[in-house]
Amino acid sequence: MDIKNLIVDKVRNQFGDSLIEVVEFAGDLSLTIDSKKNRELSEFLKSDPELQFLMCKDVTGIDWGTRKNRFTVVYHVYSFQLNFTLRIKCNLEGEETKIDTVADIWLSANWYERETYDMYGIIFKGHPDLRRMYMPEGFEYHPLRKDFPVLGIPNSLPLPNKID
Amino acid sequence: MGLEAKLTQDGFITSTLDAVIAWARKSSVWPMPMGISCCAIEMIAAADPKYDIARFGSEVMRFTPRQCDLMIVAGTVTYKMAQVVRRIYDQMPEPKWVIAMGACTSSGGMYRSYSVVQGIDQFLPVDVYTAGCPPRPENLLNALMAIQDKISKSKARDFQDKLYTNLELSNN
Repeated sequence: MDIKNLIVDKVRNQFGDSLIEVVEFAGDLSLTIDSKKNRELSEFLKSDPELQFLMCKDVTGIDWGTRKNRFTVVYHVYSFQLNFTLRIKCNLEGEETKIDTVADIWLSANWYERETYDMYGIIFKGHPDLRRMYMPEGFEYHPLRKDFPVLGIPNSLPLPNKID
Repeated sequence: MGLEAKLTQDGFITSTLDAVIAWARKSSVWPMPMGISCCAIEMIAAADPKYDIARFGSEVMRFTPRQCDLMIVAGTVTYKMAQVVRRIYDQMPEPKWVIAMGACTSSGGMYRSYSVVQGIDQFLPVDVYTAGCPPRPENLLNALMAIQDKISKSKARDFQDKLYTNLELSNN
């Protein structure tokens, strides 16, 4: 059986209507799933003996700007057994910026989720150490959001005093 | 032996104290290599046998600011890094000079973005700006010669009773 069909069948059997969309493009497989089911799906993908997605390669976000469901959280997970990378997307409702953490399922997700929090302001509920990563602590904006100007907001980042 | 006999025997020159001190200072400018990105590689190249920064008495790149009097800021300075650059500058003893090496350091370069400081002159007093992305080692040596020229025109008393730099960092 084809790897992609295997994955889609298994996830559909397990999650039914929570699996919102299946997209295959340029050899990649993307599954869109209800954002409330992301932990359940992660545990399933990791523990299923035929799938064994043991590695989380990346977590990131998308800010769609004016779209109704503004934010999407994207996971890239890899199975050594299948030699296959799967993309999982979770659309967040409206302006909602909260989703459950998967940092305890895949340890590597710890830093990726911190990055996503730093740059997009998405809060991962239950994350053990959700701090800023690239931007200084106390910075109140999230630079990869669509409404953040490329040149930044004047005086939002501290500089040492000028010496005369 | 009288003074006349002594001087005839050993020889002497006349100069001013300012000239002697300035000459000594300009011939032993010790750089603080603040290498942050690609410019740092060119700065390292300036110390190799081909370009040989030792010809100017400036080969002593110590990685402690306490022994340096020239800071070469070689690379992209982000807002986060600016605090560190300034702290190291503050730790250098007076008198001290600064070379802004390369496009990023001087003006933000191609990084016209929220994260990069658009020129280190926003928080440091820069003496010489070096053009290039990155500048060749010759260009850094040229900047060093410009610094030497500046030092040779200085007077020892310019640095007398100079107030310590205000060490407080701003929070705005």
